[in-house]
Amino acid sequence: MTIDATDRRILQATAGGLPLTARPFAVVGRWLDLTEAEVMERMARMQAAGVIRRIALAPNHYALGMVANGMSVWDVADDRTGMVGPQVGALPFVSHCYLRPRRPPAWPYNLFAMIHGASRAEVEDKRAAILTLLGDACRGHDILYSTRILKKTGMRLAEGG
Amino acid sequence: MRQILAPDALDAADRTIINRLQDGIAITPAPFAALAAELAMTEDDIIARIARLREIGAITRFGPFIDAAALGGAFCLCAMEVPPDRLEATVTLVNAHPQVAHNYERDHRLNMWFVLACERPADIARTAARIEEETGLTVHLFPKEREFFIGFRVEA
Repeated sequence: MTIDATDRRILQATAGGLPLTARPFAVVGRWLDLTEAEVMERMARMQAAGVIRRIALAPNHYALGMVANGMSVWDVADDRTGMVGPQVGALPFVSHCYLRPRRPPAWPYNLFAMIHGASRAEVEDKRAAILTLLGDACRGHDILYSTRILKKTGMRLAEGG
Repeated sequence: MRQILAPDALDAADRTIINRLQDGIAITPAPFAALAAELAMTEDDIIARIARLREIGAITRFGPFIDAAALGGAFCLCAMEVPPDRLEATVTLVNAHPQVAHNYERDHRLNMWFVLACERPADIARTAARIEEETGLTVHLFPKEREFFIGFRVEA
């Protein structure tokens, strides 16, 4: 889908959030000199095309007690990824789940799943649950914990990478 | 913001809102009125509570989640094996690139993990090559080959 300049203005205007008012799309329309119906129609079209994934609340998982996370990585047989990838992604404690290329010999893993929990021990329990789920599709695995944030900028429009 | 809320910071209605609204709302003229009927709360109460949840840091935002790649941007996870005695100097060189969106030190031989965010796909390889020249270290690229549907939820 190609989005036009007006679509972009809508995304920019709502990047910080939807106005918290009874008629939020009418307010966005007033900001941009569009009708409420046009804002809704454009946002619905972008959602249908996947540019907008959903209009939802983003919990601050740290504030809500999910203070531990680890990047679990798995070497999954290529002919099994299509089956097990969606199962891992659907787990309620996995926030990102991607297939990425291996880089042998430095890096034998192709499935990445970010695990969140209230503690390091809980993250390890959840990692064990993924291992069970993968069964013999898994040929090796590891988990990487972050020890320091080296840079964090406002990549507001992006999720993952 | 890196602070955990006190257990009594949220009441049952706040928790209901956090749990329900992670799933997303339908695009209708009065979305909070539609939710009010569903959650047996008033429209005004829901709006006020979402605003307060943002103020106290229980949520970061309420709005559209964008697939940045669908907007035409290019993103790539990258990793480097940086000798410990060169870490600080390498951090400076890597972070100086505005395309480096975020960067984490991790406990692995590949100890530096960052995301490149560029306008065009060709800029990813170009930026990675420049970082390799500047640091003399290999930049491993881990582009997304497939993304799986995410069922992630935080139960409040």
